[in-house]
Amino acid sequence: MDIFLQQIINGLVQGSIYALVALGYTMVYGIMGLINFAHGEVVMIGTLVSITVTSTLAAAGVPLGLAGLGGLIAAMLVCMALGWSLERIAYRPLRGSPRLTPLITAIGMSIVLQNLAMIIWGRNYLTFPPLLPKVNFEFAGAHFTLVQVAIVLLSAAMMGGLVFLVYRTKLGMAMRATAQNPAVASLLGVNTNRVIAAAFVVGSALAAVAGVMVGSYYEIAHYQMGFMLGLKAFTAAVLGGIGNLAGAMAGGVLLGIIEALGAGYIGDFTGGFLGSHYQDIFAFVVLIIVLMFKPSGLFGEKTGDRA
Amino acid sequence: MSDVLLAANAVAKHFGGVKALRDVSLSIRRGEIYGLIGPNGAGKTTFFNCMTGLYIPDGGGFVFDGQPLKADAPHQAAERGIARTFQNIRLFGNMTALENVMVGRHVRTAAGVVGAMLQSKATRAEEAAIRQKAMELLHYVRIEDRADDLAKNLSYGDQRRLEIARALATEPKLLCLDEPAAGMNATETGELRALIEGIRQDGTTVLLIEHDVKLVMGLCDRVAVLDYGALVIEDVPAVVQKDQRVIEAYLGA
Amino acid sequence: MKNWLSPRSTAGIALITIALVALPFVVGMGGQAWVRILNFAILYVFLALGLNIVVGFAGLLDLGYIAFYAVGAYTWALLASPHFGLHFPIWAILPIGALMACVFGVLLGSPTLKLRGDYLAIVTLGFGEIVRIFLNNLNSPVNITNGPQGITLIDPVTIGSFKFAGTSQIFGFAVSGPQKYYFLLVALAILVIIINLRLQHSRIGRAWQAIREDEIAAKAVGINTRNIKLLAFAMGASFGGIAGGIFSAMQGFVSPESFSLIESIMVLAMVVLGGMGHIPGVILGAVLLTFLPEVLRYAVVPVQMSLFGKVLVDPESLRMLVFGLALVLVMRFKPAGLWPAPERSREQTQKACVAVTQTTAEAVK
Repeated sequence: MDIFLQQIINGLVQGSIYALVALGYTMVYGIMGLINFAHGEVVMIGTLVSITVTSTLAAAGVPLGLAGLGGLIAAMLVCMALGWSLERIAYRPLRGSPRLTPLITAIGMSIVLQNLAMIIWGRNYLTFPPLLPKVNFEFAGAHFTLVQVAIVLLSAAMMGGLVFLVYRTKLGMAMRATAQNPAVASLLGVNTNRVIAAAFVVGSALAAVAGVMVGSYYEIAHYQMGFMLGLKAFTAAVLGGIGNLAGAMAGGVLLGIIEALGAGYIGDFTGGFLGSHYQDIFAFVVLIIVLMFKPSGLFGEKTGDRA
Repeated sequence: MSDVLLAANAVAKHFGGVKALRDVSLSIRRGEIYGLIGPNGAGKTTFFNCMTGLYIPDGGGFVFDGQPLKADAPHQAAERGIARTFQNIRLFGNMTALENVMVGRHVRTAAGVVGAMLQSKATRAEEAAIRQKAMELLHYVRIEDRADDLAKNLSYGDQRRLEIARALATEPKLLCLDEPAAGMNATETGELRALIEGIRQDGTTVLLIEHDVKLVMGLCDRVAVLDYGALVIEDVPAVVQKDQRVIEAYLGA
Repeated sequence: MKNWLSPRSTAGIALITIALVALPFVVGMGGQAWVRILNFAILYVFLALGLNIVVGFAGLLDLGYIAFYAVGAYTWALLASPHFGLHFPIWAILPIGALMACVFGVLLGSPTLKLRGDYLAIVTLGFGEIVRIFLNNLNSPVNITNGPQGITLIDPVTIGSFKFAGTSQIFGFAVSGPQKYYFLLVALAILVIIINLRLQHSRIGRAWQAIREDEIAAKAVGINTRNIKLLAFAMGASFGGIAGGIFSAMQGFVSPESFSLIESIMVLAMVVLGGMGHIPGVILGAVLLTFLPEVLRYAVVPVQMSLFGKVLVDPESLRMLVFGLALVLVMRFKPAGLWPAPERSREQTQKACVAVTQTTAEAVK
């Protein structure tokens, strides 16, 4: 039983991170119907920038907590700029072209960013400085750390902020209008270019936060860390019903928990034939199953073809 | 062989709370031109989509040529002999006019991958026959000189004709035209009318959804009127024209 | 006027044949390594044309194509190596490999082909990863794939008593192993080119194109879209399986590393950059994307040395950087690919003409 609870907690933490990244995918997809493959790389850049800034500040004598905050802010700024430029340089010129074109561009950008990161930060693993003191908690036999608590709380706060932005501000209303029908929205005076750019910027800021979380959770970072994370976050978005904010959050947390439980129990289920190193397949197996039975995702609306 | 080609029995379809079709029953006889009219949003296209398998009816069903029609299987409807055009033309834009019609032959031909790879004698003969038949159909709708143009580069009227040729290529027993005269001028409408009459003379039953009441009344043997998803009347044009309910439905009085 | 250089004329065919026969020997003068690269280029032509059926003809975005290649490669590796002590002959393994890949294609395709295009992309991508993860881990408790170490000492292609590995004397010439494989690969590539051409202008090929253009209209004319899509998927998978088998035999070694996602993306890029659905374009894409990185590999270090006096950026990352940039730039400036089908390019010139006339007209005003 304590394994069960432990895995739920681990899954919740991992899932909060997926959820934050999934929001970036779902916002861009909801508004312009594009899978921004490079989004995972934005997370990676966020992690690496925060490492550099935090350790530089810390080396200059700034207290670690403050240095970490500086790293977080720097990561957010860099990622927001990166998200904005991605949209401006790579995707905007391709509006209205067949779907495959921007998808290939996104894959291309992902490769470019990965290799740029490798050139800048090298091909070795980097250690992430410990931002929070190592405090352990115990609850009903399950252990968790201060970092884990912070991750869940911070991502909940970020999601709350996003919901406020989308449902309570003018920009959010413009976003929702553009997602419904870009042509009509622009007729009604919405600057769709600005809305799309805003979706990229906001999504990238969330990605930066997620990047710092991943870094401090695993205490390690690498130029290739973004791709699999991005892929799983996208899976989470599809799982919840892509284009749907609540769906992305729920999908993220759900995927995190499924993975954690799967990794914890797969050995027992298969009589030891398959072990926990199959963890990465759960995301995809779940994805395939969900899409088979509910192609619009768990919380998505049904979109039928119209004749 | 029964006189009725297609019978709709209490077909119902709703979208959420909106009842798009309320137990519509009607029957189309062999060899006639049958008109389906009604104000915007009356459910005409929904009826079409149910019949051709794009929508699954929530109640009732169709009997076509003596056998029930399977719901949710558009390709089987075509195989059984129901062909259609679309209100907002749906051609294969980046294929030539000829290729569009050749695709229409798909359901009446059989060549598979192996035949194509080996270029067997039977495959080559079939391919030649497909091309021949497609050319004939282009000639039939009088756009044979546009055969090698991409469908999307054709004029609006020619696109309508091409869509009809493609539908005819499936050798339908029932040809369903969804507002074929929409956006046409008087001359084009006149030509279309001649074309539809010709198709009927060649033995194909025609179901016509149309806004142009004059065209429908002049062309159709029998007419059905839908309003708010329900059948108002089904009769010969002379009777329908004088029916009080129809006049009300159209004038909204 | 008839173009005597056209590939359809006798002279054209003769010239192409001479060029194809001479090529491995000319390239071989620069070392057998280049012949091996040439062989990979042709293997990629084969693979890209297989994927072209799925992506180019039927318009289905498959990001996990390399999984079928992996299935073919491991089928050969397991059935013709000391790993299980099996040594099946080529005429048995190659069809088994193709069939296995085909079965996987149908298994994956039948539930997922009704999905929207980009969902299909992500599901196939996931499938590719699943296959790779299994290959990596199926070494315990029962050792099937030998895990990350991969399988070694795989039998080379042998037809009758003729071995494709090692140098042999043919008509008094010393012909190396890679050079012999070259001719096998060229034969296979020609076969797949013919199959692509014939399918494209067939009843099934038209149905694929119709589905790509407008799926609802395709259904309305009686095309069973699900089966026809599945057919494309299964055929593409089978070609992937055959290519995988040849790869396995040619290398003598397979490991999961060769079947990573980047390989899938590479093959897709060949199809898209070359010109989706246009066979010469796809061939060009495959050849370019095989040779370009190799040329970069050799050029990057000397160029940096002469410019900066030292190596600032390591060749591998620069190579991938250039590849990524190439994808972005081609999509930006030549979205239909470097060598698109003539119909499309004709339209583009038409559009350009119209635009020019319009601007001139405005200027005149």
